[in-house]
Amino acid sequence: MRFEKKDILDIESLEPWEISMILDTAQGMKEISERPVKKVPTLRGKTIVLFFQEPSTRTKLSFDTAAKRLSADTHSISAGTSSIVKGETLIDTAKNLEAMKPDVIVLRHPSSGAPHLIAKRVKASVINAGDGIHAHPSQALLDMMSVREKKGKIAGLKISIIGDISHSRVARSDITGFSKMGATVSICAPRTMIPKGIEKLGCTVSPNMEACIEGSDVVMMLRIQKERQGSILFPTEREYSTLFGLNRDRLKLAQKDVLVMHPGPMNRGVEISSDVADSDCSIILEQVTNGVALRMALFYLVAGGSRHADSH
Amino acid sequence: MLIRIKGARIIDPPYMDAKKDIIIKDHLIHAIVDPEYVDPEYKDADPNIHIIDAAGKILVPGLIDIHVHLREPGQEYKETIETGLAAAARGGFTTVCCMPNTNPVNDNSQVTRFIIQRGREVGLSRVYPVGAITRGLKGETLAEIHDMKQAGIVAVTDDGKPVLNSNLMRRALEYCRGLNIPVFVHAEDTCLADSGSMNEGSFSTFWGIKGIPNAAESVMVVRDIALSELTDAPVHFCHISTKESIEAIRQAKKRGAKITCETAPHYFTLTDEDVKEYDTNFKMNPPLRSKEDRQAVIEGLSDGTIDLIASDHAPHSVVEKDVEFDRAAFGIVGLETSLSLALKLVHDGNLTLPELIHKMAKQPAKILGINNDIKEGSRADLTLIDPDHEYVIDPSTFRSKSRNTPFAGMKVKGDAFLTMGGGKVVYQRDGQSGGHGDHP
Repeated sequence: MRFEKKDILDIESLEPWEISMILDTAQGMKEISERPVKKVPTLRGKTIVLFFQEPSTRTKLSFDTAAKRLSADTHSISAGTSSIVKGETLIDTAKNLEAMKPDVIVLRHPSSGAPHLIAKRVKASVINAGDGIHAHPSQALLDMMSVREKKGKIAGLKISIIGDISHSRVARSDITGFSKMGATVSICAPRTMIPKGIEKLGCTVSPNMEACIEGSDVVMMLRIQKERQGSILFPTEREYSTLFGLNRDRLKLAQKDVLVMHPGPMNRGVEISSDVADSDCSIILEQVTNGVALRMALFYLVAGGSRHADSH
Repeated sequence: MLIRIKGARIIDPPYMDAKKDIIIKDHLIHAIVDPEYVDPEYKDADPNIHIIDAAGKILVPGLIDIHVHLREPGQEYKETIETGLAAAARGGFTTVCCMPNTNPVNDNSQVTRFIIQRGREVGLSRVYPVGAITRGLKGETLAEIHDMKQAGIVAVTDDGKPVLNSNLMRRALEYCRGLNIPVFVHAEDTCLADSGSMNEGSFSTFWGIKGIPNAAESVMVVRDIALSELTDAPVHFCHISTKESIEAIRQAKKRGAKITCETAPHYFTLTDEDVKEYDTNFKMNPPLRSKEDRQAVIEGLSDGTIDLIASDHAPHSVVEKDVEFDRAAFGIVGLETSLSLALKLVHDGNLTLPELIHKMAKQPAKILGINNDIKEGSRADLTLIDPDHEYVIDPSTFRSKSRNTPFAGMKVKGDAFLTMGGGKVVYQRDGQSGGHGDHP
């Protein structure tokens, strides 16, 4: 099978075999970052634009690092510096970028569907680096990669996701991805943070944190995103932590070899206690390491891989 | 000059359903005659009589759309009174009511007079302005409603926005009852709607679009039913979209409350499942609801809970629509698709043709307090419907300035064949249509 997708917009539009191919490719890329000279010429002469309309540190750096390790040239545009602040529409900005002939546009945007909007209008591949509360496919893929690497499989595992599901694009993409690959996903959050019909993405809603974690192979904690909500979804961080914080006692309910994950940035002492975050079962930093390999794989597959084999 | 419309089935519920010819003279319906009747003064071949062959067509009182946005003054790049009225004529509507959310807002008699004057100059379908309830649509203080009524408004509304302050709404209803002017309600609790962009449900969750719950509409419907009963003032609800609202209105009507309501064609045609991938032509307020809500709308139309159909014609340009979904403006154009979509209710057996005409011509007239009965001496505002004409909706043919419709490419059956305003043909399919010049 050949990877034919022009864009990586969400997990929903990827077939299980495509997800497997991305994860396999990423696993192969991982070794490059271990070399003394962390660079291969694969994407030499390719141009990648990092178009970030929302603040981001790790995701942007991860994409940038991934592109550079493949020898692509990268250019960065962010919210404060783009013409969008001068009133230019997203489509016009994208068309202007297109006119400079980039090969890939990586877009992060506060509006759900923004990457879909521009993907239809540009020839460059569009990779969604997070759109509103909709999707964050590269994060979900690196999460799947990290789990598969540790457990040797995804199918049959029990995955728990705890936190603000309503406002989390990571949660939506992870639920879709893990359930697509055969895992069982259960979620837990204050009722104010569970959107209607979330079960249809492929998960069950647990009545409380203990029921959610019990017997889990993976516990994924989500950040309480303070910038996304007012004060009406939960009263205090203290109460949130009491009901939904991950600590040693609660973690005992999970499988002995449980993996603890977090997409970052963490609020230590709120959704996750420091001892759990720093414990042996935590793979939070390995997620970050795998993020670079996974994004290298995405660049390779859309810009340098088999999709372009015929044209060279 | 006389016009004879020949061979049509005339439906004017509840008075008439018969094959008759109509003779029009000097803006008025001069005579309603049997098809065999030969006028002693004018033979068919007489050059002074214009014959309109209406065999197979249905002649009905001029359709009225009581809920449209014409955008003039202020947003002429989206629509003007001229293009909006041309769209109305094309859709079979001889009369439209335009909402006050123009710029400046129609909250004073000068704006009202301007709209009426422009409508007369255009001379296509008739326009009746609807004034604002509150100054600047701000929901704070009452506008000069009497003054606007003197200038020609037929109702008031803050459409696009609710009157959130319940006490102000109570006083507005009392005040308008005293002035005998209808109040149209945009029922939306904007706190509950919470800047959402589509119906709250599994599809909004799937697309990651902030949802608007059904209750955002129904809590305000329930509130304003209570205020109508408190003040004994009539309330007309605009664009009803949820099963809960419809049930509340059904119960209120059973109690004898002075409640009427409308729905729009998109609410009985589409659901939130139909929203295409971030296509902003599917974004309107209230949003496309669930299948159950759509079914409830159809049942509400069938059992008479929903009194009438209005398009909520809301033109927007690509500037507002070719953008991110959550940043796009709400609203779709509807004047040129409303009748075709509504006729599907008849083809599907949900309404009889007379019932549909009742909802698109007679009930709106009743609410506005105007008479559009087909009888001798009446103003000749008439619509000829071709019930069998099949076509594919093509926005590039619209007379509206805007193209924001979710119905592009949809195959429909039945359409306006000819629209006559004040005895003048203002639209005829495959033919030229009039315009420019005063008619009474």
